[in-house]
Amino acid sequence: MIIIVTLLVIAMLASAISAYIFKDLLSAVIASCMVSLIAAVLFFLLHAPDVAMAEASIGAALVTAVFVIAIRRTKRYEE
Amino acid sequence: MSFLHNYIYYIGAFGLIFIGLFIMAVKRNYIKIIIGLSILETGVNLFLISIGYIKNGTAPIFSNAGIAAENMVDPVPQALVLTAIVIGLAVMGLALSLAIGLYKHYGTLNLIKIKEQKW
Amino acid sequence: MRKLSIIIVLIIIGWGIITSLQKIPFGSSRAKLADHYINEGKEETGAANIVTAVVVSYRSLDTLGEVTVLFLATIGLGAVLATIKRKSERESEKASLILSTGCKLLFPLILLFGAYIFIHGHLTPGGGFQGGAVIASAFVLMYLGCHEEKRINETGSILSESLGGLVFLSIGLIGLAIGTGYFLNNFLPKGEFNTLLSGGIIPIIYIAIGFKVGAELSKIIDLLMEES
Repeated sequence: MIIIVTLLVIAMLASAISAYIFKDLLSAVIASCMVSLIAAVLFFLLHAPDVAMAEASIGAALVTAVFVIAIRRTKRYEE
Repeated sequence: MSFLHNYIYYIGAFGLIFIGLFIMAVKRNYIKIIIGLSILETGVNLFLISIGYIKNGTAPIFSNAGIAAENMVDPVPQALVLTAIVIGLAVMGLALSLAIGLYKHYGTLNLIKIKEQKW
Repeated sequence: MRKLSIIIVLIIIGWGIITSLQKIPFGSSRAKLADHYINEGKEETGAANIVTAVVVSYRSLDTLGEVTVLFLATIGLGAVLATIKRKSERESEKASLILSTGCKLLFPLILLFGAYIFIHGHLTPGGGFQGGAVIASAFVLMYLGCHEEKRINETGSILSESLGGLVFLSIGLIGLAIGTGYFLNNFLPKGEFNTLLSGGIIPIIYIAIGFKVGAELSKIIDLLMEES
């Protein structure tokens, strides 16, 4: 059980570091969406189902949609 | 191994806070800074929920009327984090509309070039 | 040079946090306020979900503040984007028949699922904010699938948002007028435990919040994707 939690935390930190490294802004947004998804799984493992549902629907779906629409109306590559 | 049992959630939450602060302080592009703000808020919410955890606890919902109430986890931080997640979405929406306004007015999203165009 | 100095500042902050985190052990005993909410929450409010009882009944003034902040953010976004005219230089082709028929078939099912989440907010995990977010993602699906054909009905969106806020406030003021006389008092009868019509005013408030948040979040998407 503790091995699964450790692997999930390592994956979450690796996605956050790769959001720093990518130069293509669309890839950085997808990495931050993955941070939100793994955080939703960790909320469920901490026995908080209300917060897990809110993070999965608001943090992972709607924030990513708003980011992608804003990138479409401005530049795509960071210079 | 007992170190991992006690501290793994704290390491995850503070790692996210540090990476979010580092992205916000170093990067020059406006949308990259807003991505760092979103990672920072996720880290703070994870830290708040992991404070209210009881070992071998259950979720605070009475599915049938006979569930024992001794082992439930703390419900007060969960109510506060619910509010915080929705307000995080509102802040992101407002910040990205300002990004669209900046791009239309200056033609670039690099903050160093915007500061040089003063006149 | 700049990155090095920022890393040094973060290490100093990290050392300060670690020495103060020794006092918060992980998974120890509960606070006394949580004991009171869990032990007496079932009889005082009548809801089966203790987190819903804390959000809507014990701390309902904070929920009113949150609904206000969401409303203000939507107004600010509309005010900033009203001065920007969009150059319609991107030509987009019409969606194929399979895609638009599939989206029109899925749209009422997702709306029904969102309504189920916010109606049963006091019995199962869920509530007004989660249900409103699911309803907004149904509208995102319509914008991505059938792009040129359908827009959001303006009158329906304005009506559901305004009526949601007004129902929340008027129930609070009715609680001030009758009963023991404080704002957002729980004055309706509690009902049988674990059925749909239990918990006093809690299902009514969550239905109003579900309509309001769903209309606001889909209006945010509509303002951002506007065709001038």
